[in-house]
Amino acid sequence: MSGSRLFLAVDLDGDGAHPAAWRHSGRPPGSVLTPQALRASVSAAETAGFTLATFADTPVPPGDGPTPAGRIEAGTRAAFVSTTTDRIGLAPTLHVTTTEPFHLATQLASLDHASNGRAGWVVGAAGDEASLATIGATAPDAAALRREVLDVVDAARLLWDSWEDDAVIKESRTGRYLDADRVHHVDFEGATFTVKGPLITPRPPQGQVVVLAPAALDVDDRADIVLVDGPDAEDREALAFAEVEIVLGTTTAQAEERAARLDADAAWPRSRRLRHVGTPDGLVELLRSLAVTFDGVRLHPAVLATEFELLISDVLPVLADEGLFRPPAPGATLRDSLGLPRPANRFAAAS
Amino acid sequence: MTSTTPDTGAPYDPHAQVHLGVFQVGVGSLIWDDPAAAPHVAIETFVHVVKLLERGLFDAFFLGEGLRVRENRGRVYELDVAGRPDAITQLAALAGVTEKIGLVATQNTTYNFPADLARRLASLDLLSGGRAGWNIVTTDNAWTGANFRHGGWLEHERRYERAGQFVAAAKELWSSWEPDAVADSGDAKSWARPGAIRPVERHTDLVDFRATATVPGSRQGRPVLFQAGDSDGGRELAAAHADVVFSANTEFGKAVAYAADLRARLARYGRSPDSLRILPGASVVLGDTVREAEEKARWIYHQQVSPARAIAYFEQYWGTDLSAYDPHGPLPDIPPSEEELDPSRGTLPIERRKGKLALIAQWREKAERENLSILDLARAVTTRHDPFVGTPSQVADRWAEYVRTRAVDGFNILPDQIPASLEDIVDRLVPELQERGLYRTAYEGDTLREHLALPPLAPEGVRP
Repeated sequence: MSGSRLFLAVDLDGDGAHPAAWRHSGRPPGSVLTPQALRASVSAAETAGFTLATFADTPVPPGDGPTPAGRIEAGTRAAFVSTTTDRIGLAPTLHVTTTEPFHLATQLASLDHASNGRAGWVVGAAGDEASLATIGATAPDAAALRREVLDVVDAARLLWDSWEDDAVIKESRTGRYLDADRVHHVDFEGATFTVKGPLITPRPPQGQVVVLAPAALDVDDRADIVLVDGPDAEDREALAFAEVEIVLGTTTAQAEERAARLDADAAWPRSRRLRHVGTPDGLVELLRSLAVTFDGVRLHPAVLATEFELLISDVLPVLADEGLFRPPAPGATLRDSLGLPRPANRFAAAS
Repeated sequence: MTSTTPDTGAPYDPHAQVHLGVFQVGVGSLIWDDPAAAPHVAIETFVHVVKLLERGLFDAFFLGEGLRVRENRGRVYELDVAGRPDAITQLAALAGVTEKIGLVATQNTTYNFPADLARRLASLDLLSGGRAGWNIVTTDNAWTGANFRHGGWLEHERRYERAGQFVAAAKELWSSWEPDAVADSGDAKSWARPGAIRPVERHTDLVDFRATATVPGSRQGRPVLFQAGDSDGGRELAAAHADVVFSANTEFGKAVAYAADLRARLARYGRSPDSLRILPGASVVLGDTVREAEEKARWIYHQQVSPARAIAYFEQYWGTDLSAYDPHGPLPDIPPSEEELDPSRGTLPIERRKGKLALIAQWREKAERENLSILDLARAVTTRHDPFVGTPSQVADRWAEYVRTRAVDGFNILPDQIPASLEDIVDRLVPELQERGLYRTAYEGDTLREHLALPPLAPEGVRP
């Protein structure tokens, strides 16, 4: 699934992806925890034409020692901007290990209702001791963690289908508000939990919230979008988005200098993720090449005040001119924007 | 007046103000079979309501919660409005389009993790600029627990013990950032001053975690705490922790007794009578004349206890299908099942979980004696929150007595019709209250704590 068109997502957590971003944001460090900052960045992303904004999160502070210790819970951030935007997708990271699957499914369904169909979910799988200690549990081994990811995604998807689309009938003659044959127990049994259902929230407008899963979780068959580290899209059932970290400068040398300066303040560990340290034009070229094999990219600007601004002023307009991306239409659901069909309800199909 | 002033544990106050909230349960006996009823889940309905209430200068908008969809004999209950959003998510969405009104989320201490819930509430509080509240509720039934990891783990007797520990832990998390913890500029040595954010931990058999808060205190310090339980355990929790009680004691005599009891408990916790606001639930039905208001109230009640609902009500008790019986005819002649009530009523009070056979015997006697049909009996025995029915001027006069005697500090409106019940109150009752000096004419503060005129937080809330 790819072509010469690219869906653009951007992660808007904190002051940027770089751990030293807060020193270079041009505003007091505490501003990142204000509603004004959140609204401004999401609104800028929507106006620029991004398909989707994501909100990184962990159950523990984002940094320790000198780096930022503050972060507003991601689902709440996404909900807060849902009523002041009308086309950008909103995808918080919610962790399967440190919450109740039932609450997680309810929160995401509610975000989808509040945004009229623009909710996504970046599947988080925090598995470290400190994260699990927040719920009084201990870290699972790799096999147990994988099982938990599969179970929680499956439970959430079942719960989103637990109300059929036409469950509310408002039938005056019989006095029935809903039809009990169209609201279902899910009776999910996972390795560590069970869920009876149905969800307390009617089916999300998109039918199913758009699920984004990091490739490392290896749950492609359960995801709508797989977030891929590295340059190889591989052949996948879901849409493939490349993860791209970005440091920009007017020349490549300037960008490298800037990266070195940021890294001197705090190390930005390299993973297998692509990292572009260079010019906006160079980034356009990279994205053009990624468009051949990938369906989309998720951009991680080192510093929102700089790299995100440059994406908006110098990168997106060029991509738009080349027809490489198309902004979502007002009122469109996230599935509409991504060209994903609205899934049939498995319970409706069964009955 | 003074000679007959009832003892509410607080002196008569001729300048007392009415504080108003709306409790949007979101499900249950809301009237849906009416062309004026707004779609119950659409965000547009909620935005309309919350903006209306902000125009009416309300203190707060509450969302209810119930963690399992109600059932009748193993099937989802069909006759009532069902389906609602997650409260914190919905209120965060509404925070984005409002500036003043308080936003209160009902959240359960039995089926949440303390650090996770405290973090989400603090996030709502920060994003709303200090307008968040938490209506603390507990659940003990395993039926609801079937949706959760630790379903049915908590004995009835220990649910308030857990709630007390849960709330104390949440308060500690909310005060774990020192006020000036974050650096002033990017040149500082570190983002947060070392030691200015304290990890919190608890290791008991009821509350067990270690966490570091990622969210600082809001403009109001922490979310305002509401408590609704009316049992002894609930009242103690309120006296120990709550800023506001949302009680069911609406009738004047009950309200007076409740206020006196609660204020006596407050004193035992070293708290002043003004550190806790009492806002009972209230339905309001207004008309241009008394007669019109009474007719409307009757219409609403008859919608709520419809023939179909009357049958369903008794099915809960009989434990069997009664759909073949005529609601306008006599009570079913068949004996009820032996087993006690299905807790799937969800909010079934504990005293109704036993002794149903005796209750049914009483009903039979009453129906026979008074010649009541199934429908008549249902309307006679189902309780309704004592509604305030009358002209706007009459209701305003009654409320003046309620607040000036300090029996209550205001009301949590339970709307029967959304949005019509609320439009009536904002457009017709609020001006009457204002005319009597009982109600603000503009918001004076920005936070929920300020709207409620609560005293500044005790030192636990703002650590030096």
